[in-house]
Amino acid sequence: MKKSVIYGAATLACMSAVAATAGTLDDVKARGKLNCGVTTGVVGFSAPNAEGVWEGFDVDVCRAVAAAVLGDSTAVEFVPTTPKTRFTALSAGEIDMLSRVTTWTLSRDADLKFTFVGVNYYDGQGFMVPQELGVSSAKELDGATVCIQTGTTTELNLADFFRSNNISYEPVPIETVAEAQQQYIAGSCDVFTTDASQLASTRATFENPSDHVILGDIISKEPLGPTVRHGDDEWADVVRWSYNALVAAEELGVTSANIGTLAESGSDNPEINRLLGKEGSMGEMLGLDADWAVRIISAVGNYGESFERNLGSQSAIGLARGLNALWTEGGLQYSPPVR
Amino acid sequence: MSTELAFVRTEQIPPSPPPSSAIGPKKWIKDNLFSSIPNTILTIVTIWLIYTVLMVVVPWMANGVWNTSSLTECREVLQGKTGACFSVLSERWNQILYGFKYPVDSYWRPNTALILLAFAAAPVMFFDLPRKMLIFTAIYPFLAYWLIWGGTILGPLVALLGFVAGGFAFMRLSFKSFAAGFFGAIIAAFAVWIIGGGLIPETASENSLLAAVPSRDLGGFMLNLMLGVTCVSLSLPLGIALALGRQSNMPLIKGISVVFIEFVRGVPLITLLFVASVMLAYFFPPDSTVDLFLRVVIMITMFSAAYIAEVIRGGLAALPKGQYEAADSLGLDYPQAMRLIILPQALKISIPGIVNVAVGLFKDTTLVSVISMFDLVGMIRGPILASTEWNGVYWELLGFAAFLFFVVCYGISQYSQWLERRLATDHR
Amino acid sequence: MLIYDTRYRSLTFQVIAALVLALSFWFLGNNLIQNLRAAGLNISYSFLGETSGYDINQVLIDYDSRSTHLRAAIVGILNTLLVAFFACITATIFGVIAGVLRLSNNWLVAKVMSVYVEIFRNIPVLIWIIIIFTIMTAVLPGPRAFRGDNATASMVLDLFAFTNRGIYIPSPHFESGLFDSAVQNWLLVIAFLVGSFFATRRVSAWATAKQEATGVRPSTFWINLAIWFVPVILLMLIMGLSWEVPALKGFNFAGGIKVGGPLIALWFALSIYTGAFIAENVRAGIQAISKGQTEAASALGLRPSRVMNLVVLPQALRVIIPPLISQYLNITKNSSLAIAVGYADITATLGGITLNQTGRAIECVLLLMLFYLTISLLISVVMNTYNNAVKLKER
Repeated sequence: MKKSVIYGAATLACMSAVAATAGTLDDVKARGKLNCGVTTGVVGFSAPNAEGVWEGFDVDVCRAVAAAVLGDSTAVEFVPTTPKTRFTALSAGEIDMLSRVTTWTLSRDADLKFTFVGVNYYDGQGFMVPQELGVSSAKELDGATVCIQTGTTTELNLADFFRSNNISYEPVPIETVAEAQQQYIAGSCDVFTTDASQLASTRATFENPSDHVILGDIISKEPLGPTVRHGDDEWADVVRWSYNALVAAEELGVTSANIGTLAESGSDNPEINRLLGKEGSMGEMLGLDADWAVRIISAVGNYGESFERNLGSQSAIGLARGLNALWTEGGLQYSPPVR
Repeated sequence: MSTELAFVRTEQIPPSPPPSSAIGPKKWIKDNLFSSIPNTILTIVTIWLIYTVLMVVVPWMANGVWNTSSLTECREVLQGKTGACFSVLSERWNQILYGFKYPVDSYWRPNTALILLAFAAAPVMFFDLPRKMLIFTAIYPFLAYWLIWGGTILGPLVALLGFVAGGFAFMRLSFKSFAAGFFGAIIAAFAVWIIGGGLIPETASENSLLAAVPSRDLGGFMLNLMLGVTCVSLSLPLGIALALGRQSNMPLIKGISVVFIEFVRGVPLITLLFVASVMLAYFFPPDSTVDLFLRVVIMITMFSAAYIAEVIRGGLAALPKGQYEAADSLGLDYPQAMRLIILPQALKISIPGIVNVAVGLFKDTTLVSVISMFDLVGMIRGPILASTEWNGVYWELLGFAAFLFFVVCYGISQYSQWLERRLATDHR
Repeated sequence: MLIYDTRYRSLTFQVIAALVLALSFWFLGNNLIQNLRAAGLNISYSFLGETSGYDINQVLIDYDSRSTHLRAAIVGILNTLLVAFFACITATIFGVIAGVLRLSNNWLVAKVMSVYVEIFRNIPVLIWIIIIFTIMTAVLPGPRAFRGDNATASMVLDLFAFTNRGIYIPSPHFESGLFDSAVQNWLLVIAFLVGSFFATRRVSAWATAKQEATGVRPSTFWINLAIWFVPVILLMLIMGLSWEVPALKGFNFAGGIKVGGPLIALWFALSIYTGAFIAENVRAGIQAISKGQTEAASALGLRPSRVMNLVVLPQALRVIIPPLISQYLNITKNSSLAIAVGYADITATLGGITLNQTGRAIECVLLLMLFYLTISLLISVVMNTYNNAVKLKER
């Protein structure tokens, strides 16, 4: 067993000699696998199922990029990251992209040098309390003990919220979702707070989900999105447009069901044709081939399908689209034109 | 005088049995449990304590349920009785032992590696076995790597060849001087690795006999065992080198060793694991990635090497000065003296200490769960307890984890005590 | 070749070592610089002066979310030292009791103690911390259980509340303190205790003098007891000691002193785990004293208690204390596992939330290692001083 190191050292010696700085896109193509950073397990966003296959809304973004770049949505190496390790993993090049319920903030953009390519989920921080407490608003939580999942913007929002409302609380910072659940259910904290979508996902795993209410108060903006390193704009474009293709497909009514016929015979709508590579050379501009978007949609469906499958009514979590509906339906999801 | 004598006994009276209070279990109980009033009180309190613990644990274990598929189902079966839901163990058995990603049809591979480990470790642990078995021990690491990680067999083969070449170079050159042999060996080994590494075709691992498994997919108790075995065996040579370095009279080498040892021993393992998870990646060449497993192995090896170095230094210090002087007077040079006289004795004295370090290290491999590796504790705290089915079964899982570690660690420490008795050459 | 010449051999080796060292540092440093440049990052400690923005649940100094990251780190350091200090005390108590009882001639007790030592030594401390924390949260009742007419839990003696968030104990107050601030009043109490300590020293010196003069040592037990307790109790009565009893208020108990659940779990787990190791050290120390010493002391006519105090313990301590101090060091280092139970020590503040919020991984980890290194070097200094002081004077 000790030899992994030896072999590692040997390959390292060769590798450092060969390694030439190529763009991430070329690296990924050469490797034949996309390294995608995900969570260690948040049901609905990224979690391994009983067979150990990663599933979830964020996972679908990784799969979309892999389908576009490599032509195979399973050619993804999922790297579980904690809040602590995610940024290092990305800046040190261990992963090519991060798709891990990460909030887009100014400091992460400018100070940590990451590029957020879009917002795949508009979230906000909420509170979950047991029904029996009879609490109906977060402002009634004076003196409560609050369980927080650490390492997110959650602690900061919480501190701001309680300070601006001039009420006190006692924070209990917890590393993993499982332990937060354990403490919350055992009653060693009154409230559990994190992004509202994760609250719903956590509640779905409870024995009696209906005993717990998610309060209406949303105390922060949490635009969650896939992230890449600064300085490699070509790669950022590929990831950005792989994601945009998902939204555009929903806007245009392209689904995994009709993609076969549309890709074969084309459509009367030139926008659809451009997206699917029937007209123009959009794929080429990205450094991909013409069928890139076809592969994305056949692999994961469009944005709406992915949402319904992982978070929406077809899943155990049962979230409504809300802010994440298309702009035409009163939401915020909006794809720049593919042209 | 009359010959009439009083009665004279001609044979001895048969000894009468001791009174019943000074014999058998009664005496034993009296002496060992109720010899004085404080002792009696202690005994009664202890018996009461044992009774309370047993009254909780025994029904819980006895009512255990082994074949349900979720906690809710298990509670239904129990119908409110106290009882353990051991079914979490049977249902998640594979995940507990192998993690959730190791391919199921390949479980025989780590199993074989574990069985072979017994054969490889046997000649090291028991000196009476034929020395020829050490050859297998030398091959084992490469074999085990290939079994567990799969992929092309050429990789481990080249690594093995590198060592063989290094060994040959050493044997040929060390007649002239140890240093020439040493550096010659290093050069030969690297030559083989670099040339061999270049010769392995890129596609070699795609259609290999055993499918390649990325080290990220390792998990469960298997990961703890692998980290423990790998890091202890790697840290032994490093630890010996550091211990010798610390004893050296060359100020620079001594300085490096002292700073390294004191630094590593001064910080908790968890900070070193943080280094592995968030810092170390920056110290490797750009565009090369070294996976987390390897980085963790590097840090844990450094950690245990520092502790082993201190144990061996104790062994070196315990040798009488006469041994060093005798070696010098025979005209042996430093490498010879160390190899033939000093180290065999010093290592013998240090073995119990080294085994203690090894046990401690094996226990500390659970800390990798803090940096998002799914070892036994990581599996329990993460995927199993967070799942909808088993949300809330702590005792069965934690108890089982504790049991597994106890069996392994207690076994090793019993071995170490046996070895200590076995190696004791002083007459007592 | 210079390595064949004994005059230059060591120099040659050191030059080679220096070259290898310099090369590897250059290699690592160069990689670091290149990687950081590629990622557009830099090494800077200015984040320490920025507002932390998060709250901590156990603070020994003034702190809120507007304080700086540096202050959060200091809060963490104090919390680390707090739990390490208490764990060292209790671990020593557990260890000494278990170590002595393991040598007891009561078979049952000795066996039970061996089982304790083996079980705790052979199971990872992380598992113990999690188990004890789970006991805390899953077995003890929540504050909600204390509420209402049909409460399922009640306070012990109406003074202590054992909840799964921590243990609430009454806190003492002075109604009519001699000073205005509570701190000064407590300092006065401590001053009295220090005074009592010196007074007992005088009493014991007096007893020794008397023993040397007459051969009979007067009994000082009651006198010492009085010196320890009478002045302090009088002082407290004068200052109007009163107790604030915790009471259920809103979501939590209010009033009194709260000892948080994570603190208790960590404290207890570290004590009981390290106690098992200390027990082994104590046992080895006592067994290291040869039987001849005890027998000689008895032959001189010393009573058993004096044999222990004057002959066995002074010699056994020489064997026990060095490993004991390294166990203390281990406690301090193992307290970094606080991160598993959410206790706000330095690893959880500086190495946890601050690191996550600022993304300054390299800086935070370096500072963290620096802190632990300082502590362990300090402890090493203490240990070396002690070792030199008790070393047998030999050739």
